[in-house]
Amino acid sequence: MRKINKKETFQIATKGDLVQIHKVILTPGQRAENLPESTKAVPYEAWVKGFLLDEKAKVGDTVRIETFIGRELYGTLAEVNPVYDHNFGKPRPELLRIGMEVKKQIEMKRGAKP
Amino acid sequence: MNRDISYSSVMSRKKEILKNSMGLDYQQFEISPIAFDYEGLMNSGGYSLSEVQKIQKETGVGNTPLVELKNITKLVRSISAPGKGGRIFVKDEKACPSGSFKDRRASLSVHHAARLGFKGVIAATSGNYGAAVASQAAKYGLKVIILQEVYDSRKVGQPEILEKTRACEAYGAEVWQLTVGPELFYIMLLLLEETGFFTASLYIPTAIMGIETLGYELAQQVKEREGRFPDMVVIAHAGGGNVTGTARGLQKAGSHETVVVGASVDLRGLHMASDHDFNRKSFTTAHSGFGFPFLTLPDRTDVPRNVARGLRYLDRYVMVSQGEVFYVTELLAKLEGLERGPAGNTSLAAAISLARELEQDQILVVQETEYTAAGKRPSSQLTFAEENKVEVRRGDPRENVPGKVIVVPERAEQIQVENVNLDKIRQSYVKNAVEAARGYKPTEEDVRFLAEDSKSSVEFVRKAIRELGTEV
Repeated sequence: MRKINKKETFQIATKGDLVQIHKVILTPGQRAENLPESTKAVPYEAWVKGFLLDEKAKVGDTVRIETFIGRELYGTLAEVNPVYDHNFGKPRPELLRIGMEVKKQIEMKRGAKP
Repeated sequence: MNRDISYSSVMSRKKEILKNSMGLDYQQFEISPIAFDYEGLMNSGGYSLSEVQKIQKETGVGNTPLVELKNITKLVRSISAPGKGGRIFVKDEKACPSGSFKDRRASLSVHHAARLGFKGVIAATSGNYGAAVASQAAKYGLKVIILQEVYDSRKVGQPEILEKTRACEAYGAEVWQLTVGPELFYIMLLLLEETGFFTASLYIPTAIMGIETLGYELAQQVKEREGRFPDMVVIAHAGGGNVTGTARGLQKAGSHETVVVGASVDLRGLHMASDHDFNRKSFTTAHSGFGFPFLTLPDRTDVPRNVARGLRYLDRYVMVSQGEVFYVTELLAKLEGLERGPAGNTSLAAAISLARELEQDQILVVQETEYTAAGKRPSSQLTFAEENKVEVRRGDPRENVPGKVIVVPERAEQIQVENVNLDKIRQSYVKNAVEAARGYKPTEEDVRFLAEDSKSSVEFVRKAIRELGTEV
């Protein structure tokens, strides 16, 4: 599991806040047979988002949430107001010049009809 | 309801749970431990192609533009032998409501679920299909749960899948972000039982029928514009649905001579259920890790019989490398003004190599594109690859090693598909089918089924069975 940093540990959520809960679905011993070693050694885990139903909770507490379709779930509070932080990555030198290279190759003239 | 929810107990209730969650009993289509009535099962929903078109039109699915890639064709001709370099067209499926052809796949299933009176739908997918199901469910007023394999045990997730989580939640889905493992199926069964929702599996008849409109449309569009059917259609292959639905649609349009080519990203050597290998791949779908097993063992899915049967329709199957797909994603943006997601350009990468084999008056159609966003860009995926100790460089794409090195081509002429020997796949398919029947002796009817299901011949199947030391 991802290491929870100190700042997150002190995050407090109040009723109605968007939170993410964590659940261990299967411990390593309960998992399916015939798994690769690296998979067999770790638990099977899940994260789900929803609105906090408890009055107040901090990261690590067992809480109840209402999901986006109105179902009630239990789990350990993992994050408060979780952010989508996937991005466009860094500029990649392997990609940046491809367009210029091929344009030269087919000798596209400025204003040429498509 | 006080049911035992342990792994083994839920798995043992599989048949009953699936039956209740589909409103369909597969038993009536079984012929023997090997054969089943494929067309009977396909038509069990009772939808005609024109009805499917009408249903899709109501939610804005389909009727996507067919765009000729004139500059890419020009580039291909500059690297082809004199007279060679077929015309390349693309079906811009990004124009579907949630941004991919998967809307076609989801639309009929969600419509069907609503018609049968289900209150919600569940789908297990880390691909564009999740957003498609969630989008359609929003239209029909159904609840939706999407199960995604997102994280490794460090809670590190691939940017492409994280984007799909975001998209599903944007359409109002409850999303279960799971770690690596086949136990996704257990959670699915558990939630189906708990909620009584419909299983919008990728492999049920309505999911495949929904894609038939894609093959039908593209054949019609080429015919209308050029007065003839396409010579070749290139289709990204993973679970088999894209190939199956598109090929069936081509046939329904009368485009019988079109060569159907499947293309997958080469990730051979990486274990799909490995926590360690999970983040060493840059593609989460349309890759060999799904492509091969789904051809040789199509029924190992989340339903009793899988109607997505790629081997039944493929004329040719080719591999492309991750770096080649990233390269052509750049070509599509810079030469054609179409910025699209890389996974949807798997078939375009193959097309650039395949078009070089065609005469200049021949027509090749790349049958999809997908939307692009944060996470679904070559730059995000290459950055992520490097963070996960995968080397990224330019060079000869033949030096690509899945999970270790991604090589972005230096020149377009380096893009070269690797042909997969389909006869070997067919042999494995026959072997798996006979072995799965455990001691059952195949009959003449089974042989005919296997021949049809592998697009081979009765003689081919007999020979393959003999080589197993079994008799018919």
